[in-house]
Amino acid sequence: MHRADYVIKRGFFALVTVFVAITINFFLFRVLPGSAVTDLSRVPHATPQLRRALTVEFGLDRPKWEQYLLYLRNLLHGNMGISFAYQQPVSHLLIADLKNTIPMVTVGTFASIVVGVVSGVLSAQRRGSVPDHISTNIAIFAYAFPTQWLGLMLLILFAGILPAGGMENQFLLTPEPFWQHLGDITTHMILPAATLMLTAYGSFTLVVRSSMLETMGEDYVLTARAKGLSDRLIVWRHAVRNALLPMVTLIALSLGYIVGGALLIEVIFSWPGIGLGMFTAIGQRDYPMLQGGFLILTFSVILLNFIADLVYFRLDPRISE
Amino acid sequence: MSLQVADPQAAGAGRRAGFLLDVLRERKAAVIGLSIIVFFIVLSLVAPYISPHSATAQTCAVYAPPSLHHWLGCDDGGIDMLSEIMQGGRISLLVGFAATLVAMVIGGGVGIGSGYFGGWLDALLMRITDYLLVIPDLVFMMVIADVWGASLFHVIMVIGILEWTTTARIIRAQVLSVRERVYIKRTKGLGASNARIIWRHILPQVGPLLIANTVLTVAIAIYLETALAFLGLEDPSVTTWGTILEHAFNRTAVSSGAWWAIVPDGFVIALVIVGCFLFGQAIEDALNPRLKVSHFSMRRWQLRPLVGRGPGAI
Repeated sequence: MHRADYVIKRGFFALVTVFVAITINFFLFRVLPGSAVTDLSRVPHATPQLRRALTVEFGLDRPKWEQYLLYLRNLLHGNMGISFAYQQPVSHLLIADLKNTIPMVTVGTFASIVVGVVSGVLSAQRRGSVPDHISTNIAIFAYAFPTQWLGLMLLILFAGILPAGGMENQFLLTPEPFWQHLGDITTHMILPAATLMLTAYGSFTLVVRSSMLETMGEDYVLTARAKGLSDRLIVWRHAVRNALLPMVTLIALSLGYIVGGALLIEVIFSWPGIGLGMFTAIGQRDYPMLQGGFLILTFSVILLNFIADLVYFRLDPRISE
Repeated sequence: MSLQVADPQAAGAGRRAGFLLDVLRERKAAVIGLSIIVFFIVLSLVAPYISPHSATAQTCAVYAPPSLHHWLGCDDGGIDMLSEIMQGGRISLLVGFAATLVAMVIGGGVGIGSGYFGGWLDALLMRITDYLLVIPDLVFMMVIADVWGASLFHVIMVIGILEWTTTARIIRAQVLSVRERVYIKRTKGLGASNARIIWRHILPQVGPLLIANTVLTVAIAIYLETALAFLGLEDPSVTTWGTILEHAFNRTAVSSGAWWAIVPDGFVIALVIVGCFLFGQAIEDALNPRLKVSHFSMRRWQLRPLVGRGPGAI
């Protein structure tokens, strides 16, 4: 199969998945009995005009299949309805939340990859030694502890030293200079990102370790050693590069898990992201918000999965054969 | 409630039980894992008889620290933590095993149906599996659980109907290889029905794999239950390991410095999950011939000191 074929095939799969997610979303909320869930126009305290407009926009007085088509069309225009709790368009609210989520999740995931790869490689290098056992066991337990528990532990341990909640210091009346503001956000980000790192790094360590062990048995590693290269050069230049291939798949597979973990972390540290938005929506029975949040998170995971597919293909063109 | 509940295919198992015994004999990790699981199952069975205090009534001061009478202290309602954790374990394990049972029936069914019959059924089922694999599960569960309403049954069903995908794929791969073996073709030639071939010949072959997946899924189900409970989607009238954490978080255990309301609970959850992980992983490793090859190559590496590099080399 050619390169273009592979890209098209994966792209098509991603598109269909998006479509499936949208359809599930529609049926979950619209076809169930109970007007509180199904009726998008029942925005509390809304003017009759707004209700009317929503009814017409989403065709709430029409048959279900027509509603479905209208729903698709509205989604294409980025219209996800009006939040019950805030009386504002869901898409605006969620995009503002997403902007807060992305930096925290990116930093946390990146940290977990770095820690996972380094500890996995070092473990494999010293296979069977005490440090290897300690590191492997810590990784298994880090993976087993519930995310919210790890977050609470960090809260207890660092109470008073690092800010415990929110994204910035809200009691500053004068606007700060940019650098100071950035520093403020960074200190607030340490605990949430560290929690995400702890929940995610365990499986990375274990996979890198076993894949390194397999790679170290390859003939080209023997050749490298026969050439007289130093241990460090063999491990980091020759073995690690190939041992990291399974990591790309694993990271892609872990994305759903990371998104779920990030959601819990945002709740613990009141990080004003999309997870906290969805959690608040549960308490407020704000169904359009919940629906929109689910769609945006699913889209993001599908998109990142697609990117991971392309990266994998770039790294190892054999998979298309 | 016992392990057998989670294993719907207990029939025709003479050889399989032998296999499990072998795994237990050869692998220390399997013994440790199984002991942890059995310990917690027994503990939840006898919890009502041995728990030191009531798990629902107030027996001490609010957030009383650990003492001789209350080994793990008390929670925000003055309820003994140790008794609460024992009680919570009953429901948490019930959710874990019940959700796993649902997941294994769906996953095993989809995997076997898809692998054995192939064709359009395989294509359809595997597409569904692929889509469900990509959709972030906790977020999806949260949405469904919220629409359905908070109840124990809904939590079990939500976890069960979303956590079968990995199992289905692994079982399908195994069935695909078993299906092509000669004795299956001969049995077919002798006129055996599909149902009989699946029941008598395919199931025993995928049995150990199914058990490994069952154990691993129990861990995931318990983990997800704590997450759903933490988000407030668990029945408010039950006590589980998840709701204990949720109460501690929502009722200021952190700012009261009541670490005893949080720390032991997390260790108990982690211990059960690690137990399942060790046992399930040990069975999977025993089934996977590729790992033997890699062990072999490792032995080759341990010969390295002969090359004159000292024991510190790799």
